[in-house]
Order: sequence, then C-alpha cells, then structure tokens
Amino acid sequence: MKPLINSLPETVFTTKVDELLNWGRASSQWYMLFGLACCAIELMQTGGPRADLDRFGAVPRATPRQSDLMIVAGTLTYKMAKRTKLLYDQMPDPKYVISMGSCSNCGGLFQLAYSVCKGVDKIIPVDVYVPGCPPRPEALTEGLLRIQDKMMRERWLVKPSEPVIDQSGVAE
Amino acid sequence: MDAPEIYASLDKLFPGKVSDLKAEVFEPYLSVDKNAIVEICRFLQSAPGFKFEVLSDLTALDWPKEEKIQVVYHLFSYAYNHQIVLKVDLPRDNPKVATVENVWKVANWFEREVYDLFGVIFEGHSDLRRIMLPEDWVGFPLRKDYVEQEEYDGISTQRAPLVEKLLR
Repeated sequence: MKPLINSLPETVFTTKVDELLNWGRASSQWYMLFGLACCAIELMQTGGPRADLDRFGAVPRATPRQSDLMIVAGTLTYKMAKRTKLLYDQMPDPKYVISMGSCSNCGGLFQLAYSVCKGVDKIIPVDVYVPGCPPRPEALTEGLLRIQDKMMRERWLVKPSEPVIDQSGVAE
Repeated sequence: MDAPEIYASLDKLFPGKVSDLKAEVFEPYLSVDKNAIVEICRFLQSAPGFKFEVLSDLTALDWPKEEKIQVVYHLFSYAYNHQIVLKVDLPRDNPKVATVENVWKVANWFEREVYDLFGVIFEGHSDLRRIMLPEDWVGFPLRKDYVEQEEYDGISTQRAPLVEKLLR
C-alpha cells in the first residue's frame, strides 16, 4: 500500500478534534445585544464598519438563546441586575461574559449611588474585563480576541486528570 | 402677570393660605398651606388671567434640621407666558398631602416619583406605587438620613475600598 505521507492534496488539513471545535466556536461568537448605557454607543461602533466585529465572526443576536457571548455594556442597576441574571441563565452553555467599561466592572462613576450595582461580577461570572469609560472600539475588539484565546485553550474531549482552572485571564 | 400680582390675587381670594413670596429670584416662589393646595392649583389652572395649563415639574426637598419635607410645584402658562412656583411644607415624620392628579393628569407620575424617593404620601392618588425603584425596595433614597441596605435581593451592595487595596 502506498504510504500516506506527503500524498494528500493541498486542500486537505489535519488537526485535532478539540482544536477544530474550538476554532469553530471562536470564529463564530454571537454576542447578545445588551447595551445598558453610553457604552452601548461604543458597542455599536465596534459592530460598525470601521472596527467591524463581523470579521471575527461575531454578530449581534437579539435573543439570549442564540448567543454565546454577553457583552455587558453600561451601568448596571439593581433592578437590571436581576434581569441580567435571568438573561445569563437563558444563554446556552458554553457561555462567556465580557464586562465592558468601568460601570459594569465595579460600578464606576456611579458606584456610590443607591441604585447602582457594584460590578456585574457580583451576580454572574465574568471572563474578560475591559477598562475604560467608555472603552474605545479597539479595546473591546481586544477583549473579544482574549475571549477567542480563552476558547482556543479549552479542552472538550480530553478528560483532565485534575480540574483545569484557567488563571491566565482571571483578574485578581 | 408677574409674581407679586399673582400673589396679591391669591392672598385676596384665599386669605391666610399663601405666604412668603420671594419675587426677586429667577423663578419666583411662594408658600401654600398644605390643606389648600388642590383648591389653589385648580384655581390657577382654570381661572381667566392665570391659565397655568402646565405642571412642568413636581419635586420635593428634604430639610432634616427644620424637620420638614417640602413639595415643590412648578407651574407654567403658555397662554400668558408666566410662571410661578408653589411650595408646601409637610412634617417630616408624617408627610401627607392631597394629590393634584385631578388638576393636571401629569401629576400622576410626578407624585409617584416623589413617593418613590421621598416617601411622601399623596392622598387620593389613583395608583401610588414606586415608579423607578423595584417594588421591594426598602427606604426612600433621597431622604438625607437614608441608610443603604447591606444587600439587595441577594446582591451585595458592598465593595472593597480601593485605597486600602492600593496601600497594601
């Protein structure tokens, strides 16, 4: 039998199943339209033609049930915090959260107000924090790329000998 | 019609119910007896020569030292292009005043907001519940002695002070 080495045409690629799955997921992160305040304007800019999140396969979805990624863009009030938790619970696993801007990171400018939640990480787990008030589209794009990195490192088929805790992107 | 004229006619028609005109400010104001507020508002809204068709704002102030909560009515007339501000003093421990919802319909939401943030009870209001804060909120946040709860509905309202973290 003819050996397989150097015999396949150039259109054939070989890879690991994990990487194929991760590559597919990282290249089609559908993010939920979730603008809460002025950061939403920058979120729209990021989705617009200049920064163009579409080139990473990230497109906005209007429902949590079709979304992989939640970008919390804006000031989170307690009243909205409960709805945010509900929306997060409605998203199918695996799911990721970007906390965009000072307000959703820690309450930001309004953290001393009676009605403002001191950070979205009080209610849902956050993968990437994007600082800024508001962050520029470049910063949010960087946040999305970090999420892609995180996705590419995940192992779905290999059974880990001990729980894999990804510390690289986790804030202190 | 300017503020002293309005005040003079009100004083004539409702003796003892209006007082303390302050006319030399940008928005002249006067104090109104809390039992006469609906009567006076209805008069100002409909009487020829006054015609205050618009309640442009209804808000409140908290004065802890004077032990009072002041409800403020901003009135404006498109017909005559004049304006007046009415202030009603209420006791701080039991702030209650009659609603002006039947005079200006917009007062419905304004009064709900004042109830939401100051806890003023508007007697006769058709739908007096919180308008912006959640229904299960404890306390009235714009009162000067408001104390923030430790947590709201399982969400902690505390956060680590940033300075301590930096000093460490």
